Amino acid sequence: MNASHQNRPLKPARVTGEAQVWLTAMGLSIGLIMVVGLLAIILINGIEVFWPKRIVELTMKDGDKTISIAGEIVIERDKPIKTDETVEREIQLFTGNKDVYGQGFRFIDEKDVVSRSQPAGVLKVERMEYGNAIGMPVSLKLKGGEVIPATDPRFNHRLQELIDEVTDRRNEILYLEQSVIGANARRMTDLGYQRKSAESSNDQAAIAEIDAEVATLQADFEILRTKALELRARQKDHQLVLKLFTGEERTLIMGDLVKVTWSNELSLIGRVGLTFSHLWSFMVEKPREANTEGGIWPAIFGTFVMTILMSIAVTPFGVVAAIYLREYAKQGPIVRIVRIAVNNLAGVPSIVFGVFGLGFFVYIMGGTIDSLFFSDKGATPTFGTGGILWASLTLALMTVPVVIVATEESVAAVPRGAKEGSLALGASKWQTIQRVVLPAAIPGILTGLILAMARGAGEVAPLMLVGVVKLAPSLPIDGIYPFFHLDQKFMHLGFHIYDLGFQSPDSEAAKPMVFATTFFLILLVMALNLGAIVLRDRIRRRFATSAF
Amino acid sequence: MNLTLTPAATTPMKPTQNAADPIAKAPGPTQPMGVGQGYLSVQNYNFWYGSNQTLFDISMEIPEKQVTALIGPSGCGKSTLLRNFNRMNDLIDNIRHSGDIKIAGHTIYDPLIEVTSLRKRVGMVFQKSNPFPKSIYENVIYGLRVSGKTNKADLDIAVEKGLRAAALWDEAKDRLNQSALGLSGGQMQRLCIARAIAVEPEVILMDEPCSALDPIATGKIEELILELKKQFTVVIVTHNMQQAGRCSDRTAFFYLGKLIEYDTTVTIFTNPHQKQTEDYITGRFG
Repeated sequence: MNASHQNRPLKPARVTGEAQVWLTAMGLSIGLIMVVGLLAIILINGIEVFWPKRIVELTMKDGDKTISIAGEIVIERDKPIKTDETVEREIQLFTGNKDVYGQGFRFIDEKDVVSRSQPAGVLKVERMEYGNAIGMPVSLKLKGGEVIPATDPRFNHRLQELIDEVTDRRNEILYLEQSVIGANARRMTDLGYQRKSAESSNDQAAIAEIDAEVATLQADFEILRTKALELRARQKDHQLVLKLFTGEERTLIMGDLVKVTWSNELSLIGRVGLTFSHLWSFMVEKPREANTEGGIWPAIFGTFVMTILMSIAVTPFGVVAAIYLREYAKQGPIVRIVRIAVNNLAGVPSIVFGVFGLGFFVYIMGGTIDSLFFSDKGATPTFGTGGILWASLTLALMTVPVVIVATEESVAAVPRGAKEGSLALGASKWQTIQRVVLPAAIPGILTGLILAMARGAGEVAPLMLVGVVKLAPSLPIDGIYPFFHLDQKFMHLGFHIYDLGFQSPDSEAAKPMVFATTFFLILLVMALNLGAIVLRDRIRRRFATSAF
Repeated sequence: MNLTLTPAATTPMKPTQNAADPIAKAPGPTQPMGVGQGYLSVQNYNFWYGSNQTLFDISMEIPEKQVTALIGPSGCGKSTLLRNFNRMNDLIDNIRHSGDIKIAGHTIYDPLIEVTSLRKRVGMVFQKSNPFPKSIYENVIYGLRVSGKTNKADLDIAVEKGLRAAALWDEAKDRLNQSALGLSGGQMQRLCIARAIAVEPEVILMDEPCSALDPIATGKIEELILELKKQFTVVIVTHNMQQAGRCSDRTAFFYLGKLIEYDTTVTIFTNPHQKQTEDYITGRFG
């Protein structure tokens, strides 16, 4: 060998790293930081809603008088408008007692505040209406005139007992009014339609039968109504007297109360426990007071059901389309154009799909269904108005390109050897697709479905046209026959966020709810995706060692 | 053995009852064969991928229950011809042929016949073993399942028969319900053979069945091929001269899409008539 070759020096390793690596890593890092940061902001702000804060009493000088006010400090900040170069600070206080003060939040200049304290024994009361009340408990006025003052050792125990009692009774009333009386009313409406059609066919026997049933239902209804009224009256039996820090004394009807908290006596464990309790009730309760109070269960459930329905609709639709495109269609310019068109469909603004859904699904299909099957209801639309079925189908249409593209790619990735092996054994093309291609393509199809679900679950704009409402009276799936109410309007987390954040009469009260709702929307999408990912991995493992 | 192709419309052919019964007249491995006398008969066959012609005027007779080896350098068209015997090339767009291929006297291109019924008669084993990601049991009976057979007892018998014929029964009998993907490479290839046998074909096509296997596995497959020819007509494409010499009764040498020489293996390997054949076999080119 040539001597000069032997002496050729080897290039030393570079210690500085490579610019390309840094550049690409930076791109990823920026993306990651933004995503993590966004999630952290939502998480912190969302959880904060549920963290029980201390109630602070602020004493202020107003001329000669001192006035005091109490509440939870939301934020302390520099005033946005500066005067004379001096920075003034202000405190945003959640005072509650909206029924007395007219608003729940108040800004107070820090320079006016003489002293702050955390008064012991202050009570925060969650109510069905007007939000929270904050004040010092005075007494319990029981039915029959007995009064238990707050200083009485039995007071706390008795108060909690009464709260539990009214909560139970409230649930009873709800059940009675919504389920029992509701079923009764629905039956009567149906009978009304039946009677009309019986009248038109002049069927006297049927009319008599219907009238008899209506009479029984009417009698039942009277009994139920009396019972409900009785229960409602009993909700007003007892009262709680509260003295506000501004001096007023308020008498609260026990039946309005949801929960009482001695905010300043809570231990750390108590506060953590209460956080989870709030979180739980936020998740499982219905919204109250223009959605600014209560929970978001109907929205969670509506989003979930809509996404599942959408998946059920989009998967077969997308998969068969992709299989035809990849396996049966003769590859050529037309197929290429179709493929480009499908890809472009994914870029159409979602509101356009909403308009299409309204025009095609709601008016044309829904209208046709109504005129064919629900003509006895007259002008009242059943399917001819927005509903969860039409919303799901609209979203399915919107996300079908994602599924088609993913399916096509995974079908194309099925090794030729596998297909040929099947065909060589005398299997037809369809048998091969069914037994070899589709099983191997399922992981890819599920990837497409995951993307479709993520997009569909977070969509708002088209839903506003095809069935989402601010407040739905009942859930799309419940215990009332026929259990699935696909014609029903529903609530959706995405729309709920929009509604709370931008349509709410009390934006201050709604702000934390927006974060909390966003948090749950992300959680729901993640849970749905996780389900699909677990499913995909299980299937993939079955094919993992494939030696095609 | 079911010798009828499932016709789409007309009455089924019964090739064995044909007046010019090719099997009765099939000569021994040392004798040459006349046109139409082979079990598989290729007649003036041309084949094009698009505008690219890959087979030129091939005529050859492949006798029943013998092993015929197709040899030649890469790209010579031997695999293309093999894949035409069960019309596997139909999967490719823009193909075209002229001339004819007959199986037991009946053309495989009969438009009245389902191609799936041809493939049930002409099984195939591929270069890369391609078991399905299913259990060993399901792999063997795949062909029966797609034919609509569901009787469990019949299927059990077919599995044992197929695995025994492929010399895999002893290794696989205790793990029939385990995934076929857990087998070794040689076992997988024998499973693919078992799978092809289970359909009870007449012809088994093998496209370089040992090219991805080690010598021991190759040896087993070769033994198997010699066993198989008792029941089946075997056509094998191979790059391995020794393999062709060991296993086959007849050998066809292809070069650039043309059939250069086709004769008994002994003749091809000891006394080839063509210079090209001799050069290829002795390793001077290819």
